[in-house]
Amino acid sequence: MDRRARRGVRAPFQKGNHPMRSRLLATLLAAAVGVTAAGCGGDDSGAKDDKPLGAGTKVSITVGCMPAKSQPAQRKEWEEDVAAFQKLHPNITVVGKDAFPCMDPNTFQAKLAGGQVEDVYYVYFTDVRGIIANGQAADITPYLGAAKQYPNLDPNVEKVFKDGDKVYGLPRQNYAMGLFYNRALFKKAGLNPDAPPKTWAEVRDAAKKISALGGGTVGYADMSAKNQGGWHFTTEIFSQGGEMVSADGKKSAFNSPQGKAVLQTLKDMRWTDNSMGSKQLLVDADIQRMMAAGKLGMYLGAPDNATALVDQFKAKYDDFGMAPIPGSTGTLMGGDGWLFSPKASPEKIKAGLMWLDFYGITPGQGQLNYARAKANGRPVGLPQPKLFGPNAVGAKDRELRAASANLPVGNFKPYEDAYNTVPGKLEPPQAQQLYAVLDSVMSAVLTRQDADIDRLLADAQKKADAALARSGS
Amino acid sequence: MTTLRPAARPAGRRTGRPAGRRTGRTRFRRAAQRNLTAYGFLCGALICFAFFSWYPMVREVLLSFQKTNFVGAARWVGFDNFRTVLADPVFTDAWANTAMFTLLALLIGYVVPFCAAIVLNELRHARGYLRFVVYLPVMLPPAAAVLLFKWFYDPGPGLFNQVLKAVRLPTLAWLDSTDTSLLSLVIVSTWMNLGSGTLIYLAALQTIPGELYEAAELDGAGLLRRIRHITIPQTRLILLVMLLLQIIATMQVFIEPYLLTGGGPEDSTVTVAYLMYQYAFNFNNFGGGGALGLMLMLVLMVFSAIYLRVSREDAR
Repeated sequence: MDRRARRGVRAPFQKGNHPMRSRLLATLLAAAVGVTAAGCGGDDSGAKDDKPLGAGTKVSITVGCMPAKSQPAQRKEWEEDVAAFQKLHPNITVVGKDAFPCMDPNTFQAKLAGGQVEDVYYVYFTDVRGIIANGQAADITPYLGAAKQYPNLDPNVEKVFKDGDKVYGLPRQNYAMGLFYNRALFKKAGLNPDAPPKTWAEVRDAAKKISALGGGTVGYADMSAKNQGGWHFTTEIFSQGGEMVSADGKKSAFNSPQGKAVLQTLKDMRWTDNSMGSKQLLVDADIQRMMAAGKLGMYLGAPDNATALVDQFKAKYDDFGMAPIPGSTGTLMGGDGWLFSPKASPEKIKAGLMWLDFYGITPGQGQLNYARAKANGRPVGLPQPKLFGPNAVGAKDRELRAASANLPVGNFKPYEDAYNTVPGKLEPPQAQQLYAVLDSVMSAVLTRQDADIDRLLADAQKKADAALARSGS
Repeated sequence: MTTLRPAARPAGRRTGRPAGRRTGRTRFRRAAQRNLTAYGFLCGALICFAFFSWYPMVREVLLSFQKTNFVGAARWVGFDNFRTVLADPVFTDAWANTAMFTLLALLIGYVVPFCAAIVLNELRHARGYLRFVVYLPVMLPPAAAVLLFKWFYDPGPGLFNQVLKAVRLPTLAWLDSTDTSLLSLVIVSTWMNLGSGTLIYLAALQTIPGELYEAAELDGAGLLRRIRHITIPQTRLILLVMLLLQIIATMQVFIEPYLLTGGGPEDSTVTVAYLMYQYAFNFNNFGGGGALGLMLMLVLMVFSAIYLRVSREDAR
């Protein structure tokens, strides 16, 4: 009997036991609806507003993603940065809001509806397009003069926060997906950890050798649940030179030779080589756990996976390395950043941009103060973020990071060396819907030996095209 | 009391309306004064239900006909949200999976607790201990229980496959196969809720007069005949009520697919509640989520109406 039925048995004595037991979800939905007050954020006229925030104009802004108390070093640094910023701008008060994770899709809409979303709020790249399309972020284009470093940002990164000519936010962290691998297992399997696989054929060979170690060791792992399978399929099709959607974004484009190659490679590794283990429907936490336990050779990921493995699973940085995406034909760009509440006033937007300029995108300051991070015992040297283009500011940021590096940066050299040569691509429109559709394809290939790749892709194409048509992309 | 009635009956009842109205008002006032405390208590419950149960339901119904971004005013879109979810190819899969889950949950999750209750009822020793053991899984937080099964189902070192290997039986892919994924979720659900169902059946069994069994035994009835001719007829109403409640509850299955399979493999464990969650929180389409919720609610209302009718009959 289901747990909800267990609750239901009290029904004869409680009036609440009627069909509306779905009220848990209904409550969540309704909580997200509550307030529908008209937005008044920004300046709809789109006229440039270069006027700096007056020193006499008192502004208080709330900012998301303040480091949690469980991260004492980062929290201390944040508080120092807020104090320094407020000393520079006594008229601005920065009120940090901590949450872990920084954005929870389950509560974001409810916070927005209840007027609880921060003036400067945190988002993943994946969600930016959808949020902008829904009118849930303020247009900050007229006030960009308040962020002095903005012109130095890498245009490929800033593109994530743009819709046409309008700008809606700034990046915090960014990365290009690459091949994350276990150097210790490479050594054990007789592979050279300084010469990681460059092609999918080499990945397949290496995976075979690693899985041959036995004892439940998996050569290569991939995700196939909670939309993460679709996310990885996207990365892999880019690596094969394919596309997710047509140029106008109206049709899917993954039912292609490249899409088939992605699935065929996975199918071969899973069923012919038996190098992907028997447990599937994995999500990122499962894969990280396997990697930290020394039971996994390779997976696709970002450099900051190393930090997660060390912080959460007590692994060692020395054991991991990163290579560019196999094939190096293209890769998925990922990361996170900040958008502005659609209800934020022009003054709040200006103050928010000044804060982000100070904290987020000025080399040597805030999150890019590597010397302080090193002094506080935090890891420095991962090739992430890469916020700036090939300009003097970017060079300065790289120099400062290298000067304070305390990690085995050589382990990430193959990835960093290729960073500018592998084209980074953005996530497709309606990313979550497409990922959900492709989860099904990934799980089929990884759990069913007789999976028919052509049929799976054809079915997925129909579903994806329907989703894109519904959204009017 | 009966002798007092004519005198207490208002004279105006026969003679005219004004007196009747006055008497009615007086009665109402008296009744209100008498029940003031009760109304006070009722208010608390009513306010709670209004805020946390009825209001969300009304909002959900409205939401299913709207498009909103929670910033500007919501826009009425008629049946667009319903058309969207009906056109989704996963929609039919979700309903089919939900129906299959409900059916399997009835076949397994309905019978097992009843059998466990009969066994516990027949036992003469260690009753308290065994009841505690049966009830124990209910005390585990659902997420913890589900994650425990994630390990049990691991095709490699998982408990179930290790047991199968030990007895030389072929191992199963459990969650990783479209053939067994839904069944695996039903097993988790049954295990988590076995205790409460068993205790309710046990309570019902203990209301059956012992003489009935004694008489049957004297007539030479065996265990199965006693169950068939005494136990089941005597607990018919509670069995029916539990059946309906179980249908209502299992059709809303969410936590098991959410935590164990993410709807996979190949959408084989996507349920209506899970799809509703996907629409609302992953696809940012609250209208679509609301439309699905409304459809599910209407289906469940049918079962709830039957339940209410049955429970009223029971009360009589």
